[in-house]
Amino acid sequence: MKADPKGVLTGAHYLDGDHACSEGAIAAGCRFLAGYPITPSTEVAERVAERFPHVGGIFIQMEDEMASMAAVVGAAWGGVKSMTVTSGPGFSLMMENIGLAAMMETPCVVINVQRGGPSTGLPTLPGQADMMQARWGSHGDYEIIALSPNSPQECFEVVIKAFNLSEKYRVPVLVMADECVGHMTEKVVIPEADEIELYPRRYTKLPPREYLPFKPGKDLIPEMVKAGDGYKIHITGLTHDEKGYPAMSWEAQEKLVRRLVEKIRLHADELVDVEEMEMEDAQVVIFSYGISSRVSIPAIQKARKEGIKVGLLRPIIVWPFPEKKVRELAKKIKAFVVVEMNYGQMYYEVERCAGGNCKTILVPHGGGWVHDPEDIYKAIKEAVK
Amino acid sequence: MKAVETVEAPEVVEHPLESLLRMDRIPHIWCSTCGIGTVLTSFAEAVKKVEFPLEKICVVSGIGCSGRIAGYVKLDSFHSTHGRAIPFATGLKLANPELKVVVFSGDGDIVGIGGNHLIHAARRNMDIVVLCINNFVYAMTGGQVAATTPLTANTSTSPYGNFEQPFSLPHLAASCGAVYVARWTALDVRRLAKSMTEALNKKGFSFIEIICPCSTIYARRNKLGTGLDLMKFYHDNSVIKHGADTRELDIEFQKKIIVGKFIDRERPTFLDAHNDWMKQKLKDKFIPHGGPQC
Repeated sequence: MKADPKGVLTGAHYLDGDHACSEGAIAAGCRFLAGYPITPSTEVAERVAERFPHVGGIFIQMEDEMASMAAVVGAAWGGVKSMTVTSGPGFSLMMENIGLAAMMETPCVVINVQRGGPSTGLPTLPGQADMMQARWGSHGDYEIIALSPNSPQECFEVVIKAFNLSEKYRVPVLVMADECVGHMTEKVVIPEADEIELYPRRYTKLPPREYLPFKPGKDLIPEMVKAGDGYKIHITGLTHDEKGYPAMSWEAQEKLVRRLVEKIRLHADELVDVEEMEMEDAQVVIFSYGISSRVSIPAIQKARKEGIKVGLLRPIIVWPFPEKKVRELAKKIKAFVVVEMNYGQMYYEVERCAGGNCKTILVPHGGGWVHDPEDIYKAIKEAVK
Repeated sequence: MKAVETVEAPEVVEHPLESLLRMDRIPHIWCSTCGIGTVLTSFAEAVKKVEFPLEKICVVSGIGCSGRIAGYVKLDSFHSTHGRAIPFATGLKLANPELKVVVFSGDGDIVGIGGNHLIHAARRNMDIVVLCINNFVYAMTGGQVAATTPLTANTSTSPYGNFEQPFSLPHLAASCGAVYVARWTALDVRRLAKSMTEALNKKGFSFIEIICPCSTIYARRNKLGTGLDLMKFYHDNSVIKHGADTRELDIEFQKKIIVGKFIDRERPTFLDAHNDWMKQKLKDKFIPHGGPQC
């Protein structure tokens, strides 16, 4: 289905990444945002609060991030596309109900404009150290999808993609931006509404008598209903059977949790979204995402001038990790240089998938500022040594 | 030798509340002489009396003994996380204002871990009904001290008696702006059902505290007898005082319990205030939220 033109501000704009996220959400049909102010993500909520009354949406500023995330899950079951937006400490507080969304297979979107941590850390300065928290932050085993934009234009596009993936796979989808991308202002081109493809909610056509809320289709994803449709569903965060009823046994756990994990893992090939730059002849591959990928470009250019064959592999979908891609490349290249604003998070995924077939070098940074391209350049030099 | 008389099998009679309960989930998990089942019966009676179509009534619970209610009502029902039933219900209600959303949970859930959400939902006058079963302890986890445990009462984490001042729930809800506030005991099955009907018919944030026996844990530790003894205690010691000043509703250990309807007033709900304000500010540019959109 196509986007509703009512929410699409077609044209060229000069927007920061946060505001572009807001426009992406509205274009994607999001009509409920529950949030709690936190730097550097607040501008997303501010713009939505201003825009929603013009498009039939409801913005509510909740009392905390736990409430925000719980309200987002509730709103999704009420039949509205819903999201929240936060950063560092707020992301930590949302974790329990992100797990609830995963368990209830609830389509929804969480935007995390990352700042420096741990704890209160660097509220106004960038970080990329919540990447593993995105993957593993809530307790228990589950799979989510996470994306990372590196420009305001991509913020707009990635948020739409996030809504589409959350509907398709019935999972919470996380948009892992960072303060630099959130606060940088660039040209953002918003297309016509009929050029924006939206994935519709997977509502069942079965009558109540035949419908089971957690009976999966062939793709392991069950069909949904919303509250008020007369299906009298029971939806619980407890381990449950296909009927949705609590089932306290290892067999039920095995059946449910395996499916929650496999419904993403089995679709891993469809969930690869990477940008490749100068990769045709690359012997050294920079693996980087978000703002760090842009800071890597001057280093690549400098090394290329010296004849070093270096390229960039930038995951836009960061979870599930593009395992196959990294595994195949590792057999052909000399080294991966991982550039991220932390002391090694996605790096260990790259190292794992490279499996010793090539060198893996980390260029770490604690956050608060971007990498010095010179440090990246030095790592490239070390890689070809 | 007498001929054996043939006795006709009695006609199978449907349970009067079968249409409202998930009979395929019975027997329930509650202990015998627990009051939650009785409270649920009152709720089912109340639901039968209101005029909403059943498919528009939703129950949201949190975690705990009372949190299991969502799993037994034959309505759209959501068993959310500990303390977050009210914000979950907030999202559900705002997404589809046609729904009548009822939060049904315990004191530990709604007032302990979820206390912040209770006060804010009351402040906003979110149009939901909150039914809070108060058994004075965290019963599901084995009877730990709660924000509602009366002074001196013994619990597993107050083994020398509780020395913390408990909340008075009707006073808390009323102070924060609830438009309907009542308290009953699990013994008051009819009065409670009537009160629940009123709350369901009320627009705005309605709050009912239900004092409920926990014989397995609370009564045993405090040597108060069986569930029946507790019901007898409610019978002898609860006093109906409609319109009582909510400052005077504290519950002391094994002293009288004031019950009744304390607050019944009007105030614009969150959504009405939102829509009226936006219409005033944005005139014809305002597009109100029109319910489910996907």
